[in-house]
Amino acid sequence: MFDQNEALDEHNASSSMNPQAKALYLNDPKFLAELRLMMLKFAKLQLADEALAEDAVQEALIGALKNAGNFERRSALKTWVFGILKHKIADILRKRQRYVEASSLLKEDQEDDNMEQLFTDHGHWHKHERPANWGLPHEAVKQDHFWRIFETCLHGLPENQARLFMMREFIQLDADEICQSLDITTSNLHVMLYRARLKLRECLENKWFLKGEATGAGTL
Amino acid sequence: MNCKEATRLLSEKKDRPLSAQEKMALKIHTMICAGCRNFGKQMDALSVFSQAYIKEKDHKDE
Repeated sequence: MFDQNEALDEHNASSSMNPQAKALYLNDPKFLAELRLMMLKFAKLQLADEALAEDAVQEALIGALKNAGNFERRSALKTWVFGILKHKIADILRKRQRYVEASSLLKEDQEDDNMEQLFTDHGHWHKHERPANWGLPHEAVKQDHFWRIFETCLHGLPENQARLFMMREFIQLDADEICQSLDITTSNLHVMLYRARLKLRECLENKWFLKGEATGAGTL
Repeated sequence: MNCKEATRLLSEKKDRPLSAQEKMALKIHTMICAGCRNFGKQMDALSVFSQAYIKEKDHKDE
């Protein structure tokens, strides 16, 4: 089903990796359980359907673990497993005519509007809402606590906005592809992504970047 | 162009190519507006975080 599988089989045949190292991941139930949970969380948010998400994760894991020995580092394995899952989810979304009623997307969008809190009547930032300089955002990704904040902020988004954001930024589907699979217009997509990003950045700024944790000076 | 319009374009820039006119207006606005300049960088940061989250999320386990 996936090109990656074929590529990997070839790679497998020529792999010279130590068989003992290969067995490590497969014999670590804790690692597998955690990986599965993480994938499931991701798939559920994308598909909004528990059964479909379970199936997609199951398939991706089985396919991936057959070839797990190719990865010396767990993070490399994870990247690859998520690559497979990403394709599975994209497939499901493509096949589905519309998995969320366009009307419900729009309704949620109208109900949720915090623009006045951010901008003045003239459309300029309120002074206390003006985006700050995040310094070196690449430093943040190295810190475990940052990821907890990131998840909190992501889960704080309205569900449909979170899903759209993940389709675009996590799975990196084309804007056109997303519009087709959800049967929404391009301008709807732009508005929803804009709102998702506005909220996400605000949340990250308030909960992380303005707290001094980015520099390691903050208390947990 | 005000900040509301500028931020909207800074988000859309991640999803579609902007027109020459939009680019120019945005450039002029961000030259004088530090808030929107930061916002633009933050849009890119969100993409970096998203990819890092998927790829390296719990490498601390290793």
